Amino acid sequence: MKKSSVLSWLIILLAISYFIIPLLSTFEFSLRMLRGQYSFEAYRVVFAQAEFQHAFIRSILLALATIVLSIVLVVPAAYLVRLRLPSWRSPVEFVTLLPLVIPAIIIVFGYIRMFNSSSWLPLTDSEWTTDLLLTFGYVVLALPYMYRSVDAGLRAIDVKTLTEAAQSLGASSFTILWQVILPNIRSGVLSGSFIAFAIVIGEFTFASLLNRPVFGTYLQLIGANRAYEPSALAIVAFIITWACMGLLQLVGRSRGARAAR
Amino acid sequence: MLGMAPFVLFALLFLVVPTALLLVGAFFDREGHFTFGNITELFTNPAIVSSFWLSIKISFASALGGAFIGFFVAYAVILGGLPEWMRGAVMTFSGVASNFAGVPLAFAFLATLGRVGLVTVLLRDWLGFNLYSTGFNILSFTGLTLVYLYFQIPLMVLVIAPALDGLKREWREANAVLGGSNFHYWRHIALPILLPSILGATLLLFANAFGAVATAYALTGSSLPIIPIQLFAQIRGDVLSNPNLGYAIAFGMVVITSISSGAYIWLRSYSERWVR
Amino acid sequence: MSFLEITGLQKSFGANQVVKRFDLSVQKGEFITLLGPSGCGKTTVLRMVAGFETPSAGSIRMDGKEISGLAPNQRNVGMVFQAYALFPNMTVAENIGFGLKIAKKPQPEIDARVKQMLEMIKLPQIADRYPFQLSGGQQQRVALARAIAVRPKILLLDEPLSALDAKIRVSLRDEIRVLQQELGITTLFVTHDQEEALSMSDRIVVMSAGQMEQVGTPFEIYNFPKTRFVSSFVGTLNFLTGAVVDAAAGRFSVDGQEVITSRGLQGASNGETRTLALRPEAVVLGSGGEGRNSLTGRIELVSFLGSIVRIRVRFNENVVSLDTFNNPGAPPPQMGEDVTVSFGRGDLQLLEEAEKVAA
Repeated sequence: MKKSSVLSWLIILLAISYFIIPLLSTFEFSLRMLRGQYSFEAYRVVFAQAEFQHAFIRSILLALATIVLSIVLVVPAAYLVRLRLPSWRSPVEFVTLLPLVIPAIIIVFGYIRMFNSSSWLPLTDSEWTTDLLLTFGYVVLALPYMYRSVDAGLRAIDVKTLTEAAQSLGASSFTILWQVILPNIRSGVLSGSFIAFAIVIGEFTFASLLNRPVFGTYLQLIGANRAYEPSALAIVAFIITWACMGLLQLVGRSRGARAAR
Repeated sequence: MLGMAPFVLFALLFLVVPTALLLVGAFFDREGHFTFGNITELFTNPAIVSSFWLSIKISFASALGGAFIGFFVAYAVILGGLPEWMRGAVMTFSGVASNFAGVPLAFAFLATLGRVGLVTVLLRDWLGFNLYSTGFNILSFTGLTLVYLYFQIPLMVLVIAPALDGLKREWREANAVLGGSNFHYWRHIALPILLPSILGATLLLFANAFGAVATAYALTGSSLPIIPIQLFAQIRGDVLSNPNLGYAIAFGMVVITSISSGAYIWLRSYSERWVR
Repeated sequence: MSFLEITGLQKSFGANQVVKRFDLSVQKGEFITLLGPSGCGKTTVLRMVAGFETPSAGSIRMDGKEISGLAPNQRNVGMVFQAYALFPNMTVAENIGFGLKIAKKPQPEIDARVKQMLEMIKLPQIADRYPFQLSGGQQQRVALARAIAVRPKILLLDEPLSALDAKIRVSLRDEIRVLQQELGITTLFVTHDQEEALSMSDRIVVMSAGQMEQVGTPFEIYNFPKTRFVSSFVGTLNFLTGAVVDAAAGRFSVDGQEVITSRGLQGASNGETRTLALRPEAVVLGSGGEGRNSLTGRIELVSFLGSIVRIRVRFNENVVSLDTFNNPGAPPPQMGEDVTVSFGRGDLQLLEEAEKVAA
């Protein structure tokens, strides 16, 4: 198969060009703010904006809230399905796959219809309840990834025996989950969290239609009005996404090393 | 069983019921009477029909392109004789890039192939080639498809990698001892075995592109009226003056993405049956 | 002129010499087994004959022609893999006929040959099934039929039975041997299972760490092992470690008791600590008679294996294992009993090295 190496190299080099060039272009563009010289002026300007700081911090807080809520919802559910309710497995997995099938715009459309001012649970009425709704929406978007990661982590440990051992020592269900199960599926939870973080940081559709300022909507707004700052922010977004995925790989690899012991 | 309550309640309240309500709303009119009128209007309203059609075309084009190129990239790093470390690097990058959609991606391509983008400028300055005089425009069908490939290709790489891993070395060797050449191997064995996976992955890519809105919104705005953009405008401001029509559009979208995703899942389990 | 002539074969992967030296002449129709533990190079030798590995040195001649430069699809060898390797997208009939289809044989000829092969492996009814619908044993028989359908000059089998259940393994290996003899096809068989090797082969090549330890018929290999590796790998052995009393007379002391070997203790000096090998089937309960060795010890373990009763007897440091047949009329002896065992003077063999062989 050595002879196809040449062809393979060609394919990879072409692919690398296609994927790297836009990043380089964006970076180069972001440095052009000051006429005639390369500088980080665009970055300085954009970071100094109060609006940016507000949107960015909000995104981070939303991401953290999403992660916490996801863990609280998914870990007990995945645990119970694996331990005591195997017949629930298929329907639960089906539900966790729905966010991948139903486009985000449709989910948020459903939210607006169901939770608008004239409904039984008017979550869109105030800002903080809309933020709550936004978080719920993000949890839904992250659900497939979080569930799959946590489930994989549970599969790797003997859930049944650990639970029985803990019970025989007098632990309550909450204690078991918090002190026995969760620490042992740490890498699965982390994996899901990193993906959730990346999803929330970059998200646009939900926030835009629910009219809440986040990093994604700020990015779009600034792109409509400014020239160089959007590129700087795009680079920032890319670095954050890359960092999340990089950490994901790191966590995944250390999990493999632990399992090998 | 009570422990499942939070999860079940959440899933119902914030996933299943809102979506179901929306889809059901497609079958009612403003006054609350049951009707198929909205659904039929999907097929009769020229603006909506052309939007659906446009979405189908872009999704199809980016799915085919992504599947074709992605297959070769995956093949190159898995079976193509490249160094081992390249596979890990490509997989990691694919994980990142498949998530790098939306607004930042649109900006990145504007900075590359926009009117004053780096590549456009370099082509003009270095090669004397004026890209935009050929009629090319990043803010177009071709442009959007090109941008979509940025997350479609990595998605294909991620999805098809397990199938390529499943090609046992012994099949290639058995083919050789029975007198077959490389061509025979691909024609009679490898491609037939891979076909369900490739087909399924293409359908997944199709569904993926069909529902995407952020990238298009940031890049082409309302100038390229793909159906998610139409829906976006409708949600924002009821431009159709008929909220139930909006629900019908959502319904149509869900039908299309469901069929596509469903076919992907079915094809995946079909191909897994062979490779035990 | 032998059918397959392998001379001076060597293979290195980088600095790792996997096959140090391999020479073999195979007659037409012979069934040769390459036997050895994992990593001994036996599979690499087979793959070099098939053409999947290029030898670092040496030549392979088949039917007078040098083939080591040929691609695998030009050698006309048949190969059966450990993991069956049936093409999952084709039916059984299509799998078996694949080689003939590549050779562009006319379809009626292919159909006839496929039918013949299915009858040969006694599975005529599965022609239209897919591999995932078959059991492991069925898949392996189909793989065999596929390899033979193209009338290869030589048949190569790479641990074909290792992935199967024990019962199927035994029945299938008999079938393979019968088939091979009927067809008269020269065969190279690779395995780590010495029972397979002994029961199927015309000759066995025992290999270890890339080198040939011994070549011979099963009878020769089992009864007259030339190296300590062969004697410990093929069959089970008892080891008696003790001191040489009188090398010329063949007298040897084991845990304070004396035995005599008629095979001699060449090369050993009096007083030296050496190890003798003793096959379990040579040992019987009872004090024996004139001209036989006898040892007294205590029964350490009795294992009832059904038709066989395996008894382990301990003399101070040494332990001897022996098998007796189950006798419904006489229950086996008890653990802890004192017992005398005997064996012939010709049953002891001096091992080449001074240390006892690792168990």
